[in-house]
Amino acid sequence: MDAFLFQALNGFASASGLFFVGAGLSLIFGVSRIVNSAHGSLYMLGLYFAWTISQYMGGALGFWGGIVLAAMAVAGLGALIEVSLLRRIYHVPQLFQLLATFGLMLVINDVALGLWGAEDLLGPRAPGLSGFVTIFGRRLPQYDLFLIVVGPLVLVALHLLLARSRFGRLIRAATQDREMLGALGVNQALLFTAVFALGSFLAGLGGALQLAREPASLSLDLAVISEAFVVVVIGGMGSITGAFVAAVLIAQIKALCIAIGVVSIGELTINFSQLTLVAEFVVMAAVLVVRPYGLFGRPQGAVRSAGDAADMPLRPAGRPLLVAATALALALLSLPLLEARFPYALIVGTDVLIAVVFATSLHFIMGPGGMHSFGHAAYFGLGAYGAALAVKWLALPLGAALLCAPLAALAGALLFGWFAVRLSGIYLAMLTLAFAQIVWSIAFQWEEVTGGSNGLLGIWPPSPFDNRAAYYLLTLAVAVVAVIVLRRLLFAPFGYALRAGRDSPLRAGAIGIDVRRMQWLGFALSGLVCGLAGGLFVFAKGSISPEAIGVGRSIDGIVMVLLGGIQSLIGPIVGAGVYSLLQDMVMRQTDYWRALLGGVILLIVLLFPGGIAGALARWTQTPAGASR
Amino acid sequence: MSSFRTAFALALLCCVPVLCIAGGARAQGAATIKIGELNSYKAQPAFLEPYRKGMELAVEEINGAGGVAGRKLELVVRDDGGNPGDAVRVAEELVTREKVDLLAGTFLSHIGLAVTEFAGRRKVFFLAAEPLTDKITWQNGNAYTYRLRTSTYMQVAMLLPAAIAAKKKRWALVYPNFEYGQAAAAIFKEQLRAAQPDVEFVTEQAPPLGRIDAGAVAQAVDDAKPDAIFNALFSADLAKFAREGNTRGTFNGRFAVSLLSGEPEYLDPLRDEVPVGWIVTGYPWYAIETPEHKAFIEAYRRKFNDYPRFGSVIGYSTIKSIAAGIAKAGSSDTDKLLKAFENLKVVGPFGPFEYRACDHQATMGAYVGELALRDGKGVMVDAKFVDGNTVLPSCAEVASRRLRPQN
Amino acid sequence: MTTLKIRHLTKLFGGVRAVDDVSFSVRSGEFLALIGPNGAGKSTCFNMINGQLAPNAGDIRFSGRSIVGLPPRAIFRMGVGRTFQIAATFASMTVLENVQMGLISHAAQLFGLWRPARVLHREPAIELLRQVGMADAADRACRELAYGDVKRVELAIALANAPRLLLMDEPTAGMAPRERNDLIALVKQLVVERNMAVLFTEHSMDVVFAHADRVIVLARGKLIADGAVAAIRDDPQVQEVYFGTGKTFSRRTAGHQAPRPCTDQSSPSPP
Repeated sequence: MDAFLFQALNGFASASGLFFVGAGLSLIFGVSRIVNSAHGSLYMLGLYFAWTISQYMGGALGFWGGIVLAAMAVAGLGALIEVSLLRRIYHVPQLFQLLATFGLMLVINDVALGLWGAEDLLGPRAPGLSGFVTIFGRRLPQYDLFLIVVGPLVLVALHLLLARSRFGRLIRAATQDREMLGALGVNQALLFTAVFALGSFLAGLGGALQLAREPASLSLDLAVISEAFVVVVIGGMGSITGAFVAAVLIAQIKALCIAIGVVSIGELTINFSQLTLVAEFVVMAAVLVVRPYGLFGRPQGAVRSAGDAADMPLRPAGRPLLVAATALALALLSLPLLEARFPYALIVGTDVLIAVVFATSLHFIMGPGGMHSFGHAAYFGLGAYGAALAVKWLALPLGAALLCAPLAALAGALLFGWFAVRLSGIYLAMLTLAFAQIVWSIAFQWEEVTGGSNGLLGIWPPSPFDNRAAYYLLTLAVAVVAVIVLRRLLFAPFGYALRAGRDSPLRAGAIGIDVRRMQWLGFALSGLVCGLAGGLFVFAKGSISPEAIGVGRSIDGIVMVLLGGIQSLIGPIVGAGVYSLLQDMVMRQTDYWRALLGGVILLIVLLFPGGIAGALARWTQTPAGASR
Repeated sequence: MSSFRTAFALALLCCVPVLCIAGGARAQGAATIKIGELNSYKAQPAFLEPYRKGMELAVEEINGAGGVAGRKLELVVRDDGGNPGDAVRVAEELVTREKVDLLAGTFLSHIGLAVTEFAGRRKVFFLAAEPLTDKITWQNGNAYTYRLRTSTYMQVAMLLPAAIAAKKKRWALVYPNFEYGQAAAAIFKEQLRAAQPDVEFVTEQAPPLGRIDAGAVAQAVDDAKPDAIFNALFSADLAKFAREGNTRGTFNGRFAVSLLSGEPEYLDPLRDEVPVGWIVTGYPWYAIETPEHKAFIEAYRRKFNDYPRFGSVIGYSTIKSIAAGIAKAGSSDTDKLLKAFENLKVVGPFGPFEYRACDHQATMGAYVGELALRDGKGVMVDAKFVDGNTVLPSCAEVASRRLRPQN
Repeated sequence: MTTLKIRHLTKLFGGVRAVDDVSFSVRSGEFLALIGPNGAGKSTCFNMINGQLAPNAGDIRFSGRSIVGLPPRAIFRMGVGRTFQIAATFASMTVLENVQMGLISHAAQLFGLWRPARVLHREPAIELLRQVGMADAADRACRELAYGDVKRVELAIALANAPRLLLMDEPTAGMAPRERNDLIALVKQLVVERNMAVLFTEHSMDVVFAHADRVIVLARGKLIADGAVAAIRDDPQVQEVYFGTGKTFSRRTAGHQAPRPCTDQSSPSPP
């Protein structure tokens, strides 16, 4: 029993860092509605700064002073980011802000690599707190005790700040009713900068405080941002108390899993410590299913910002588009003729086409469906593993395996979608992410079936598709059919009903549309097509492993859709093409390809907030054409 | 006006991808032997930067001496994107667009395996430089793939004599939750139990890679009251675990064996948190007195003004192996090269080793020693070189246990 | 024949009785106005009849069947049309498509996956738009319309299922005085032609008194009057809740209507 109680103390110590970064994220979201994906980077920088200062100054002053200075430096950096970047994009849709901060994250990571190098940097022990105290006959590091105390202290301090100060009242006012704030004549720009700086400060502090516990490393940003999102969503967006409770909940559950260790029930042996892989996402899924707005969250009032630009009416393809599409199809069809001269073209072409199917299926629910899935990798993965397992275990031929892919994805989409369509906005996004992580962890952990972290190997297309050209043509055929079918669905009553539910759930309900059922069906169809992309992927690569269906794939999909333009039906096609080709080229050209990719994403967000297709559409439309 | 613009924009949209896809095909330089090297440089920079330097050093040396088989070596280095899907595309690009003569590289096991598959499929020579998983040479091995680095099995086997000699009954296992850690733990359990049937494994902690809850894990290990600890954590996970374990007394009076912890990549970041007394595999570059190593370290220092890491040795040996293979084959032709690699003898910084014909595994060894603290830094003391041959199952065993599919 | 019968309808928001024991009924072919000052509970009433909100107590019967607890879409299927205080239309569709959606839904073709929606029910949709005077704007995007026009489109959508009961929450808000009269006259005509029951709220008393068959008055959640136009106009209690004592309706002209702040229809607030 003592062991479990003691592990609870460990949990509280781990919760502190998580709480700081979550609280910062939550504050920023509450006031500015920005979902800051670079928040993990700020945490990482906090730790790097603190390490650097402690190295240069040394001693107690260097350590403790370094923590404070680092947090302040990160706050300053946050303010700079807000003023120079975010201020330009408050008017664009929320997802674009997410995309911009994602680009920023890529850039910061490479900058950190350039500044501090690749090696992990372990800081000194905390001067004055380097020893341990004995509790329950066990040693607890003094520094952990310090963290256990500091977490609630900061919580109380934040509460006082929010409750007592004018700044705090403005933050609360902004969190609850943004339009009202504008009406009150508050200097909104200054408030936003201040809040972003405060949120950054908390992230920097959270990172800097880890100086005595973990080395600064370049993988921290991604690891932390995903945990921070989870904390914020479980707690309820905008709730500081919620962030604290969620951080404690997650840390305690993980500590408990570790304390339980290996348990044998008859023949079955479960290593609970392995559950820490996915614990937070399981908790998040469970919380969101029961409480759609997190533990302490409230339904978000619909934010009607200028950036919430809805789409224009769908127009059937005009002559230029038909001609262009036919030309493109013919050009792609003739690509194998060039194989002798450009053999690599077929390989990239296959990858691009798979990306097109993936992005188009995601756009289907993100754009017309209005459901922002952050976990589309799940259906890609289910399709990929479905096809791979069909080959490995059932020895099915290519055609049958490619049929299994969408069916497996459909089953998953039906199950997950049933829960997801009950939520909306960022909560829906996070629930889809949680499901995707659960799928990923099953693929990762269920070694006997899925091959664990190595995945399933040796799944190549049989004759006659065993050469590049033939498989490329197969992919092309599937992609063309998938794109046309999805497009056709959007022009059919079902697609209209889906958009109706997004445009005005109120009106949709009043004319007899069951919005949830439409969304569910939309989710399922999107998953189905996405599974097809997964199936094609397996045979193109000859293998599938969990890495290929992780968060990265979901993010890629979102980037493609937004890059191309979410409001346009050709957007995802353009986006998938541009992004895949860009990635392929950039990866080849420079060691700092992440920064370059991030920079390009930032540029596109700033220059073409409607995506590439949106920008093209604007450019081609004369004023007279715009109203027609 | 409008329709013209629309048509123009759409035409642009059509042409750009086609042009991009086609790309500029590079003229094939017949003069050089192109080595297509792909690795997770972005995802695993700590190990791979020194690795890359090692490769560059070897290429420079070989080309300085006039190349091999009358041709110079040319390295075409690519990032594999840190995931198998991108890695296979990059491999395709190297083969089709760059027209490389052979492939080398990879670090993470699943990427190594994906490229192994690819090599077998496309019939390209592939030298897997660093991935540890046994599957590359055994379960998923194929005719086209050789592997340089000491495998998971070999690493565990190197530590086994010390673990058996310690005669400890209660063992705790800590390993990262992915194939390398799982396989290492499984091999260790199996082998130790064979040698010492009364052994008990009192707890197993498998934290997610890169995200260990070190305090809780160190505590859980301590609570299980083991006599000895088997560790396979590395990198940031190891640093966190070591510090927590030191503070909490998890390691006090407990014997421990640990994989890879003596490699400078993982040992140096620990600084003074080195868990003293652990028996580890690694690379004590400061204590190796062989002439081959001395020459290597001098050349490395001269070129980079830095000491080599274990990755440097691997990178250097990768290129040296390829050069030796091509020299033996007399050409870079895939079939000849494959043939040449059978029982190919190579001399690397650790001395001579060879590529076994039976399972395509190199017999390059590693050092086993005890961790100690010297001048505030971790070092390996009493380091002994273990020849890879002594820790591999014999070729007869590989055949009889059917470790590798028949080609 | 009674189309809608409401008995003891009550809705609580927290401790506040937004609608308090309200009973009334609407007959087919009747044009019934529901009036009352802001916050009287009119929209809450509408939201309960339409299924947006569940009442805490009381019963709502449509054509003799209780519809309490049914979702809006089910109530639509029984033949109830609705317009909202803040017009709710599909902004990303054309005017025509908006109306077509109503017709498609009415014809149970929502799950059509192949035939393009724009070719379905074109003629009837244009006819409905013609009736509300919006046929010329059929191909314009709904988001580009002036607010008064959006209200007309909304009416056309609400008529798509040939409702037996039409609920109109401030159908003329945002319209010029002339437009108001025209629109209400149009609805009145539909009431007669289709023998439809209409329950509507309206702030312009001139419009109400000119066209309504009967008027019911809500104040602070309670029904305080129910009767013919003339009787309501002279009811001292009604005059009091509207203007305090001493003033009467007759002096007001529609032109002097003060603009009212809009409230968000989707999140009804306690009165």
